[in-house]
Amino acid sequence: MMNRIALMLGIALLGVSQTTAEDWKATVEIPRLNVSEYHRPYVAIWIQDENRKCVANLAVWYQLTKSGEGEGTKWLPDLRQWWRRSGRSLEMPVDGVSSATRPAGKHELTFDDHKQRFSKLPAGKYSLMVEASREVGGREIVELPFVWPSKTTQKLNAAGKEELGEITFVIPSTK
Amino acid sequence: MNRLLLSFVFLLTAIPSTTYAHKVWLLPSQTVFSGPEPWLTVDAAVSNDLFYFNHFPLGLDNLVITAPDGTHVDAENKAKGKYRSVFDLPLTQRGTYRVAVVNDGAFASWEENGKRRRWRGSAAAIESEIPADATNLRITESFGRVETFVTNGAPSLDALQPVGKGIELIPVTHPNDLYSGETATFRFLVNGQPQKDMEIVVIQGGTRYRSSQEEINVTTNEEGEFQVTWDEPGMYWIETSHQDDETKIKNAVGRRMSYAGTFEVLPQ
Repeated sequence: MMNRIALMLGIALLGVSQTTAEDWKATVEIPRLNVSEYHRPYVAIWIQDENRKCVANLAVWYQLTKSGEGEGTKWLPDLRQWWRRSGRSLEMPVDGVSSATRPAGKHELTFDDHKQRFSKLPAGKYSLMVEASREVGGREIVELPFVWPSKTTQKLNAAGKEELGEITFVIPSTK
Repeated sequence: MNRLLLSFVFLLTAIPSTTYAHKVWLLPSQTVFSGPEPWLTVDAAVSNDLFYFNHFPLGLDNLVITAPDGTHVDAENKAKGKYRSVFDLPLTQRGTYRVAVVNDGAFASWEENGKRRRWRGSAAAIESEIPADATNLRITESFGRVETFVTNGAPSLDALQPVGKGIELIPVTHPNDLYSGETATFRFLVNGQPQKDMEIVVIQGGTRYRSSQEEINVTTNEEGEFQVTWDEPGMYWIETSHQDDETKIKNAVGRRMSYAGTFEVLPQ
């Protein structure tokens, strides 16, 4: 109760924080793997709050077409955390969020269309979550914690060990 | 020696069921699904080991599948093998399905020409199948529920509304929202009412690969609730039973109810 009041007060005091011209952006590296049978991983990228509640879905990469293994959506629960926190309540595809799987390499993402939503996030602790799951391969999740809002630009980075390479996330400062 | 003793106890108490000595279970291929029409496939068996079919197939005559919208739907490809029954179910609706084998009937035992006779069947068949002059006749009503839950998309609750008969597990924690390292809370109802002091056994599958059953024993509280903390991901079997004398069958000495459910705990 106390927390909720504090939170609301926080929001009231902050108003709708103005972000700078800087963008929220991320890079996600899918490692090149030397395996006999390689399939591009399913990847989900989202922001969760301290209670692990998903507050924003940023990207979901999955197989959009039907294959011998059935509909691509069939394997979405393999992104276990994302499925639990968000995916299972969504109707796929999701505009501006879901898209096809991507090849190995570094992928740059900007979140222009989410900016409005980010700016409305209540002050608090959050994490960028990146989860990857690969058919006949492994599954990995990388978490990048951050605080919102912040007077300085936050540049986070972390790296996965198996299914994900380097992850960076830039959170613009607020004025 | 133990086996001898057990048979003796059986005779004494005259609970005329051999299946209760074994575990009954449904084993879903998986419990969390996604897509326009994913298919569930289920093994159904009676055995000592979880979840290995090595004793008897579980009969599917009384299979009751409740879809997310509360309607009953039929299984496909039902088959009975030597040690297990199987069936499939296309999950055409989004939400949670309750998949159950509900056996509603009676057990009886009596003496005939100096020999002990055992019988099981429906309550309606008692009159025609048991001799009217049976001596030392003992009839017990029985109601057993063997079930599991599966979800396509987000978990829902409509199919999990209590029927009001026998033992039912009612979610506090949704049965398809179970994760290792977390504690789940469920409530047991007997004929629709929360039942305290029920003794519950929880056993993780894979018993073949360990030296002990590693049973978790818990008891329901005043509200009929109990908690289980899942140490590891896997399939778990939850069993309990309850007896009382509130039977509607003529001349029956009482009523025995049983429950066995299979629950999947996912890794974090």
